[in-house]
Amino acid sequence: MSRDTSYQAVMARKNEIMKMSMGLDYDVYKTGELAFDYEKMMDDCGFTLEDVIRIQAETKVGNTPIYELKNLTNAVRKTCKPGKGARIFVKDEAANASGSFKARRASISAYVAQQKGYKGMVAASSGNYGAAVASQAAQRGLRCIVVQEIYDSNKIGQPEIVEKARKCEAFGAEVIRLTVGPELFYYNLMVLEETGYFNASLYTPFGIKGVESLGYELVHQIREKTGKDPDAVMITQAGGGNLTGTARGMLAANCNAKVVACSVDLSGLHMASDHDFNRKSFTTGHTGFGVPFAVWPDRADVPRNAARSLRYMDDYILVRQGEVFYVTELLSKLEGMERGPAGNTSLTGAVTLAREMDEDQIIVVQETEYTGAGKHHNSQLSFARQMGIEVRRGDPTEGVNGKSIVIPEHLIQVTGHKQDMQKLRMSYLKNACKHVDPSKWTDVDKAFVAADCKRDLPWLEESLSKLKAEN
Amino acid sequence: MVKAGTWVEIEKVLLTPEQRAPQVPEDTKKVPYVMRVSGFLQKDAELNSEVTVKTLSGRIVDGTLVLVRPHYEHSFGDTVEELLTIGLGGEI
Ligand SMILES: Cc1ncc(COP(=O)(O)O)c(C=O)c1O
Repeated sequence: MSRDTSYQAVMARKNEIMKMSMGLDYDVYKTGELAFDYEKMMDDCGFTLEDVIRIQAETKVGNTPIYELKNLTNAVRKTCKPGKGARIFVKDEAANASGSFKARRASISAYVAQQKGYKGMVAASSGNYGAAVASQAAQRGLRCIVVQEIYDSNKIGQPEIVEKARKCEAFGAEVIRLTVGPELFYYNLMVLEETGYFNASLYTPFGIKGVESLGYELVHQIREKTGKDPDAVMITQAGGGNLTGTARGMLAANCNAKVVACSVDLSGLHMASDHDFNRKSFTTGHTGFGVPFAVWPDRADVPRNAARSLRYMDDYILVRQGEVFYVTELLSKLEGMERGPAGNTSLTGAVTLAREMDEDQIIVVQETEYTGAGKHHNSQLSFARQMGIEVRRGDPTEGVNGKSIVIPEHLIQVTGHKQDMQKLRMSYLKNACKHVDPSKWTDVDKAFVAADCKRDLPWLEESLSKLKAEN
Repeated sequence: MVKAGTWVEIEKVLLTPEQRAPQVPEDTKKVPYVMRVSGFLQKDAELNSEVTVKTLSGRIVDGTLVLVRPHYEHSFGDTVEELLTIGLGGEI
């Protein structure tokens, strides 16, 4: 029997394909019009933190080192008021098998796929996650297919994504290379249907559970090294799983440090635009994913997203492309470490926040990722020039996304800018209202929405009446 | 002629501009949605002809033969001089 492969027909079979490819029924967690039992969904996947750590140790994941960046801290202190300038630490997640924290995210899915007798795994990712799934699948004797958005319509590949394709193939995975567009999800469903492989979605409870070990480890490592808890943890944000998993792990370790998201500001560039695709010098950890996923997580490829970043977020800092390139270069020249873009995004955020913190306080950059040909900032800047983007030194605030990248002349110009958390929460609320009219919300829905915004019920009531007054 | 068993790349239009998802922006809607995948060529064939390949996961996929022994050329790029002076001491 040949199936209808039109866009509409495949999308209509979505739920059926999802169930078959994950063995997970999301319907049982529904508790209201909007609400679902998030904690039960996380618990039901059946792994304690100890299980996660044990499973990850089987496949070269976790227990990564943490380093204090003393030279960078000293450089930052020269740019702030006396007594300010927190100690900056970094967790070297590049030490995981596939070169990034995404190995944690893939590890439990690979274990489950193996246990349930699937022959292989499929991942839709243009980034580190594809490589992580490929690496974990290889170690568990599973086949792997990675579906990537890689080329624009002129067949020009984003250098960082080209490198990821290479890495996936190095681990024995098949890489399906697609042009720009949201239809990636459509083709991913077709591949799942054709192969019967396990769907290693980024947004399942397995994925997020796998990241909890990161937050848990970092708290214990900082306690061991300094005898104190960290005061803030800076987390690069795209789809929000990195932040959600890390924050949950920190809570499991009874740590209440500030959870701060950081993304590269790519405002003005459209994520599904063929033209803009190769005019971005960052492929993840940017506002094109970070903001929409924070203010409405249930836009992912699973019915309910286990990555709910706004639930755990205290602040959200944006940094400019030029600022990240500058700090990336400082990491090499001052700390003798070459690392990749996503970790350097949160490192840049940490530089800006450290300035406001006291010098005896501690800020942790919770990841690094590997770098190399294609991923290196020199490759990205050189490619940007080829695409007609101006690259120069100067005041980074003068950079215009898609047109110019201005690399600071001095560390003092690395300032970032904070997003208004209240605005983000209101934006979530508007999305919730769009999905289900608030007149239909039950008490359970209200409690769920408030928790998703990291606020209480009085805040919710007040904000709802504000929205009503606006309309 | 390309011999059967050669590692090649094929290309296939998955969706024509009219068949694309409704939500794609204007510039993207003007171009087809295209897939490329590598595999071992199943039968001797000419470049640019319709062929089937066996991929690394063992799938059999058809498409137009566009590349023979595809390889990677990504690099560290041309030297970006603006980076060289950062972090050497003078400016921080
Ligand atoms: C190395 C690295 N760090 C951070 C992120 C952001 O993680 P998340 O999408 O879970 O927010 C990604 C995701 O693409 C990544 O690959």
